[in-house]
Amino acid sequence: MDEYIFLQNYWWLLISILGALLVFLLFVQGGQTLFMFCSNDTYRNMMVNSLGQKWELSFTTLVVFGGAFFASFPLFYSTSFGGAYWLWMLILFSFILQAVSYEYRRKPGNIFGTGTYDTFLFINGCVGCILLGVAVAMMFFGGEFEVTRSNLLDAPSPVISRWVAGSHGIEAIFNWRNLLLGFTVLFLARTQANLYFMSNIHAEDGGRFLNACKRATLVNGIIFVIFFLAFMAVLLTSAGYRTGMSGNVVAIEPYKYFHNYITMWWVGITLLVGVVLVLYGVGRGALDRTWRSGIWYSGIGTVFVALTLFWVAGYNDTAYYPSLVDATSSLTIRNSSSSLFTLKVMSWVSVAIPFVLAYIAYVWYSMNRKPITPKSVKSPTESY
Amino acid sequence: MNDLINVVDWSRAQFALTAMYHWLFVPLTLGLSVIVAVMETAYVRTGSAKWLALTKFWMKLFGINFAIGVATGIILEFEFGTNWSNYSWFVGDIFGAPLAIEGIFAFFMESTFIAVMFFGWGKVSKKFHLAATWLTAIGATISAAWILVANAWMQYPVGMQFDPAQMRNIMDDFTAVALSPVAVHKFFHAVFSGWTLAGVFVISVSCWFYLRTRNHAMALRSIKVGGWVGLAGIVGTLWSGDGSAVDVARVQPMKLAAMEGLYHGGRGVDLVGVGILNPDKEFDDENDPFLFEVGMPKMLSLLATHDFNGFVPGINDLIDGISINENGDTVKTVSYAERIAIGKQSHEALRAYDVARTANDSAAMNKAAADLKDTFEYFGYGYLDSPSEAIPPVGLTFYSFRVMVIAGGYLVLFLIVYLSIAYKKSSWLTNRWWQWIGMISLVIVYACSQAGWITAEVGRQPWIIQDLMPTRAAISFISSGMVQLTFWLFAAIFTGLLAAEIGIMLKAISKGSKIDYDSLPDSSSSQSVNS
Repeated sequence: MDEYIFLQNYWWLLISILGALLVFLLFVQGGQTLFMFCSNDTYRNMMVNSLGQKWELSFTTLVVFGGAFFASFPLFYSTSFGGAYWLWMLILFSFILQAVSYEYRRKPGNIFGTGTYDTFLFINGCVGCILLGVAVAMMFFGGEFEVTRSNLLDAPSPVISRWVAGSHGIEAIFNWRNLLLGFTVLFLARTQANLYFMSNIHAEDGGRFLNACKRATLVNGIIFVIFFLAFMAVLLTSAGYRTGMSGNVVAIEPYKYFHNYITMWWVGITLLVGVVLVLYGVGRGALDRTWRSGIWYSGIGTVFVALTLFWVAGYNDTAYYPSLVDATSSLTIRNSSSSLFTLKVMSWVSVAIPFVLAYIAYVWYSMNRKPITPKSVKSPTESY
Repeated sequence: MNDLINVVDWSRAQFALTAMYHWLFVPLTLGLSVIVAVMETAYVRTGSAKWLALTKFWMKLFGINFAIGVATGIILEFEFGTNWSNYSWFVGDIFGAPLAIEGIFAFFMESTFIAVMFFGWGKVSKKFHLAATWLTAIGATISAAWILVANAWMQYPVGMQFDPAQMRNIMDDFTAVALSPVAVHKFFHAVFSGWTLAGVFVISVSCWFYLRTRNHAMALRSIKVGGWVGLAGIVGTLWSGDGSAVDVARVQPMKLAAMEGLYHGGRGVDLVGVGILNPDKEFDDENDPFLFEVGMPKMLSLLATHDFNGFVPGINDLIDGISINENGDTVKTVSYAERIAIGKQSHEALRAYDVARTANDSAAMNKAAADLKDTFEYFGYGYLDSPSEAIPPVGLTFYSFRVMVIAGGYLVLFLIVYLSIAYKKSSWLTNRWWQWIGMISLVIVYACSQAGWITAEVGRQPWIIQDLMPTRAAISFISSGMVQLTFWLFAAIFTGLLAAEIGIMLKAISKGSKIDYDSLPDSSSSQSVNS
């Protein structure tokens, strides 16, 4: 295989891994939509602290996802961020609110009050999950943009990527197909948050908290499955853009994403394994009265399923960011990537990723050996 | 066209707002993380409960500050896409790499180990906890390094070539990008200035302890640690600042001329110590640039060239194409009017290349590519219409540079004096004057820190990438109304969060001043305190 093509595929794989890990780590956001309505202060503080020790990971993964996309596929960064302005701005606003809320919510001198920060966390939980889902769904269902590189020489208006839709991303937020994935992500995140609470919180209350989590897992899990099936049905029956050797779009192909799952059989198998793991984790997590390990099965399954979504979006000669107004402007792995030299340099850097994952895993293990208990969240100055 | 200018101005305002808020918190993170790590090292080595109390107190303030620094940081990264989308494509191949490396190497390290710092007490061993604290400090520093590599590249673009087929720059020498002298000096300057700021912050808070007659011993020990880190910081800042000045003289002479309000240069040029610019001065008139000035003989030449008689070009010299060669001789180079003409030729060559490429005309493509290569050095000037557009805002650059230098000089004195007092005359700290000077100096160090960035970023205008892309060609295809709305939303959120941070910080400081520090054991018999 040509070295440049190999490295483009490799970087799409890394983007896929970061994106899939982000989808898993969104259980933090899912959890933020749960505790606000919890009337028991001790339960609420345990939930906040359980999530609070992990919020930096989901936040950092989002930052690295953005940075890696910028480095490896700068035309996507240029086109999507500058075009779907309101979509990304709303995501950003919600993440600003998250970053301070854990640290500030119960600290003395907090001028806005705990309730305000809990509301911020709730907003980030809902908006973050739904809109990140919408942003990913646009990789299948497209956006209204044009890319004309020669605009660079038009001094009065030199922008090469232009969003034709005047609403600049609002239209994408209200696209029902995008929202299907948005709500799928939201309810998946809520389900996984409950599974995570089961594994990380020992409420010492005779099992009441555990049972509440199990009930919530069942309800959210069912809603998630309904949205997921609906999204997959739409996706597998949707047309997509097929690209040629040059990397530019050559034709619209009906059932493109279904064909991708079939043609790339290993992707289809990964999807099936992922779905089984998620269903096992959620199902047993909800129904087995003492089992607390559902998050690991569901989490690994989520990563597998999310990986396949990125793979069918970009691999097998597919445009991963279709333009709805000018098919030739659609972004593909080939026409939007960084140069061979940059991808090579970055690939050397990527050798460090397993070490990064290893120390994250070690720290996760070390910090989670002792579960969250009512006693551990008593002091507002020593906990969130 | 009017809306384009408005979009540029509002996008710049939004980025400046975010960057200035971000830089309120980041230098404190950089310096305080080192101070906390030093204190925790002392605790692990001595087992002293007093060192543990100090560590936890300053770590708490670090955590309050860290959260809001992270919040503003993510916005900066994404604003390159949302507000500077043309820039993201034109140089994303080079600029994106440091950002991604920062995330993979540094930000993960910082954010992973910070959880251990705050919640690892009693959950992990003392040595692992200490390692996590140092790794957080190292992660923050490496993070700054890559961001500053990216920023330095915008001021001194090296290690790349232009690809006319894709109409963007592509990297061809990563080492040149990562290790350019501008990047190295910028890194040390920013990080050491963070140490300085944190050192002054610690002294300032400790002076408040003295003012309220609380925990003097705790405050004194803090002043000693903060003072040493701050002094090391200010010495490093001076050294790297000297290197930065030489860099600016060499690669951004127009910025240096604006920093000095220097219209006509020469040899043995004076540095303006203090001065008031003549607001009516235009580059092409003969008005005196100053209403009032106090010069320091030949010091600008020394600063810029390390030679009392070195040549420093002024704004008019540069516009006329007068500069200096490697032997120190004054030479005629390319005037700005010629640069604009060459830049427009460069645009034409690129246009011809694009037409030839579409027509699959290899001969015409080769000719256009050759023309482009010959003229690309001044590609960015092709967007300008007159030389005056290449002059940065002189007033803001001049005054912010003065604030930085004068405040920096004060801070050298401040840190030496307070360290001396802490070791030799600690009783002086009970005097109100010393307490208030210590506290007010916090405002001065923040002014110094902000002024440094204003000098660097305003002084490089109109370029987002020196000589290659003016800021106005870097924007996104959005309306000024959209950016105005997000500007005010950011302003409201950042200001609200800053108010919240200050409120929480003050309470935490107040509470810390009331702990029973004096009764804590200061010996290794206190090992069990860790749990």
